[in-house]
This record gives sequence, C-alpha cells and structure tokens, in this order.
Amino acid sequence: MQAIFILWLREVKKYTRSRAQIVASLGQPLLYLLVLGFGLGPVFQKAGYGSYLQFVAPGVIGMTVLFTSAFSGIALLFDRQFGFLKETLVAPVPRIRIMIGRTLGGATVATLQGTLIFVVCMIAGFRPTRLALVPLGFLFMALIAIVFAALGTAIGSGLQDMQGMQLIMNFLVLPIFFLSGALYRLDNLPRVLSVFTRLDPLSYGVDGLRGALIGTSQFGMATNLAALACIAVALLVFGAWRFSKIEI
Amino acid sequence: MIQVQNLVKKFGDFTAVNDISFAVPKGEIFAFLGPNGAGKTTTIKMLTTLLPPTSGSLELNGLDPTRQANQVRQQFGIVFQDPSLDGDLTAAENLQLHGVLYSVPRKLRHERAEMLLKLFELWDRKDTLVKKFSGGMKRRLEIARGFLHTPRILFLDEPTLGLDPQSRNQLWAHVKRLNESEQVTVFLTTHYMEEADRVAHRIAVIDHGKIVAIGTSEELRQRTNTESLEDAFLALTGTTIRDETASSSDQLRQMAQMWRR
Repeated sequence: MQAIFILWLREVKKYTRSRAQIVASLGQPLLYLLVLGFGLGPVFQKAGYGSYLQFVAPGVIGMTVLFTSAFSGIALLFDRQFGFLKETLVAPVPRIRIMIGRTLGGATVATLQGTLIFVVCMIAGFRPTRLALVPLGFLFMALIAIVFAALGTAIGSGLQDMQGMQLIMNFLVLPIFFLSGALYRLDNLPRVLSVFTRLDPLSYGVDGLRGALIGTSQFGMATNLAALACIAVALLVFGAWRFSKIEI
Repeated sequence: MIQVQNLVKKFGDFTAVNDISFAVPKGEIFAFLGPNGAGKTTTIKMLTTLLPPTSGSLELNGLDPTRQANQVRQQFGIVFQDPSLDGDLTAAENLQLHGVLYSVPRKLRHERAEMLLKLFELWDRKDTLVKKFSGGMKRRLEIARGFLHTPRILFLDEPTLGLDPQSRNQLWAHVKRLNESEQVTVFLTTHYMEEADRVAHRIAVIDHGKIVAIGTSEELRQRTNTESLEDAFLALTGTTIRDETASSSDQLRQMAQMWRR
C-alpha cells in the first residue's frame, strides 16, 4: 500500500510543481472552447440544437482528461530514458503495485486538470443544468482518466523513443478524441463513422459528462457507466500485464 | 551467495554474455572487470531481474531471479552505471521514495537519509530539485541512495564514474565498513584497476562475453607475469580499444530512420 501511495504522490507532486506547464496546457482546450464555441455557435443554434458552448464544454473537459491521462501513461518513456524506471523495477515491490500507483497518480492528475478546465468553462459562460449532478460529472472524469492512464501505461511499456510517442499521439490519441463526439453530435452520422464512434471508449465518457452536466445523454447513463467501468478493468489488467513484461 | 552457471545472453545474432560460470561466497567483495562492451552490465541486469537470460542458471542467495523475481529483489541493492534518479523530486524525496519502496521503517529511513546525505556532503542541498544538481552531486546522491537500505548483496556498476577522489574514498570506505560489519556481499564493476586492487577480494576478468581469468589480484599478476593489476588486465584482454555495441534503443532509432526515408 505504501509503495502505491508514494508513487501516486510522486505523480501529483510533479504535477503541482510544473506551474508553467499547467498554464501552457490550458491553451489548447481554451482554443477549442472559445474559437469553436463561439465560431460554430450560430450554425449550431440555427440547426435547432441550442447553445454550442453548452454542448462543447463537456467535450473539451473530456478531451483534457484524455490528453493528460494518456500522456501520463506514455511518460513512462521519459522515466525509461532518464533511468528512473530501473529504480522502480529492481525494487522489491510487485510490479502490479508500481503500475497501479503510477496509473492512479496519472489519473488523479488528469482529473485535477479536467477540474481546472471545468472552472475555465464556467468562466467562459458554461452553466451545468443541474448542480446536484455535477459530482456525477467528476465520477465520469475519473473513469475517463483511469481508462486512458491505463491505456497509456500499456503503450508506454513498449515505447523506446520519442518517434514512437509521436506516432501514438497522432494515430491513436487524436483519433480517439475526434471520434468521441466531443465536438459534434453522434446521431445521424454516416454508418461507418457511427460504428467507429461506438467503439471509442471516450464516446461513453463524453456522453456521460453531457448527461451529468447538461442533462442530455444519447447512450443512457447506465450504459455509459457500465461501458467505462468494463473498459477500465480490462485496460488495467492489460496495462499491468504489459508493464510486468518490461525489459531494460 | 551468487551462483552463475553456463550463463548466455543473446541479442539477436549478437552474443553479449557467452557461457560464463562463477560463484561469489557470502561476505566477499567480488570485482568484475572488462573493457567496454564486454558484458559486465548485461550480467548485472540478469542477476538483478531486469533481463531474462537466454540460457544457463542463476542463483542469488538460493533464489532464481527468473522465477522468484520478487524474493530476489529483496536480497540486493544496486547502484546503476547510468543515472536513475527522478530529477523532478528533491534529493530528500528521492531517498524517501527509495526507502518506502524497500520498506525501511519511517524513523530509520529519516535517520539513515540524514547520515548518508551528510556523509556525501549533500545535506545542505537536500531540498533542491535533483535536476538542478551537477553531475558529481547526482552521482553522490545515487550512491547515498544505494546505501539507504542494507541488502545482503550490493551491486555497484561502475559506481565511481565521474566522482571526485574525496567521494570515491568515502564510497570505498563505506563499502568496506558494510562488508566487514554486516557481511554484505559486494559485486562491483569498475574501470579503475587500483580500486579493484584495493577493495576486491577476488577479481574476474571478462572479455567478449567470456570470463578469461578469475582469482585474487596476486594470482592474476602471477599468472600473467606482470607487476600491476592494470598490466595483468591488459595482458589478458589485449590493447585494442572496443566499440560498445549499439543498445536496443539505438538499433530501434536506426530502424525508425530507415523507415522514414
């Protein structure tokens, strides 16, 4: 338990210490929120769907959590390159605990970052429809964070260099974001696209966030919760297995 | 304490460690010497559960690193050849993290950390982030960390690389102290022959993945008819300079470059 805690604490400490990075990481979500929020707003309104800012804010929160958590997992690569990974791998602690500590730490950081964006959204004019459901929104943030921190760890366990990381970011993380319905509604899509969006774990996360924050859900909240929980468990197991196979 | 029999490690076509056997009894200081790329670090990685061997058998305190990895990890401590600190944590935090991973009780952890930071003259910088440290300070911290818990076997992979003579002296004095008072078995590699001569009870010389000689410093000198250990080493391994073979990540980088073209 102590080992899990200290590795979790390490991730959180590193996050709170990198203030410049926190500010920098606000840039991208802000662009999506403000430029898309106000730019696409009139079109969305005309189509009869209401305020686009209200619609896109949960998507931008989901995106932030996705990027932060996936990156924290993939950052395993940095620990490998700077050598710290060796220190944890020779320690007399079962590797599963090391993986859990790191992953939970990464997920916590992603949830904190998501909360920060939530506050930014509120400042930009976003209003949750029912305050009582906001805690449910945080539950979804945490679930998204665990899913993608575990996925990141699974991938990071095999990464050897920076090029590999670029590849993952461009061909996995970005598609997950664009196919999730963070930016557009998932109904009335072309058939092929619709299949892909349903295979994307983030779709259920973003839909869950919308259900909790603006009261509209497409898949139903029970489906969202069940899907995310199952994927989280599966990816944690997969990530732990991949992590246990690391060779230096 | 350490038993190695017919150990082989291949990376693709390249044989890094080629059928070596040796044993280190409890309480011995054993030096593993060899030119760059001879297979020293690969052997240590296999002994410390970081790499599985291709074939052959390994035993640490009667335990098999390939099958009883966790129990084996409880037996040893290691100072790596290359850096393994977390630059975003302070010196004290790096030590505490290590102490927790090795389940050193809290009180002892703090006492030892203080003693070691003072011994290696890092106490007044204990709350500085490690990334702000100079190369020598990082190295000293790395060594201090290796001594935070008392293992049965201590692996030191070129521990004195980049250390000033003062710290080197402290290091070897501390190693000898641990060896004498707590019967810690020490397995070390170094490029400084006079260090091996001074601290090691027995020395193995490895070259091209094979052990070419093993014995006390005196035995090695007698065998090669030389005056000093350095001369004996040169007589055993020749005077050509070796290139270190590319590590797996270098190879991968090359592949990625080819692929992009």
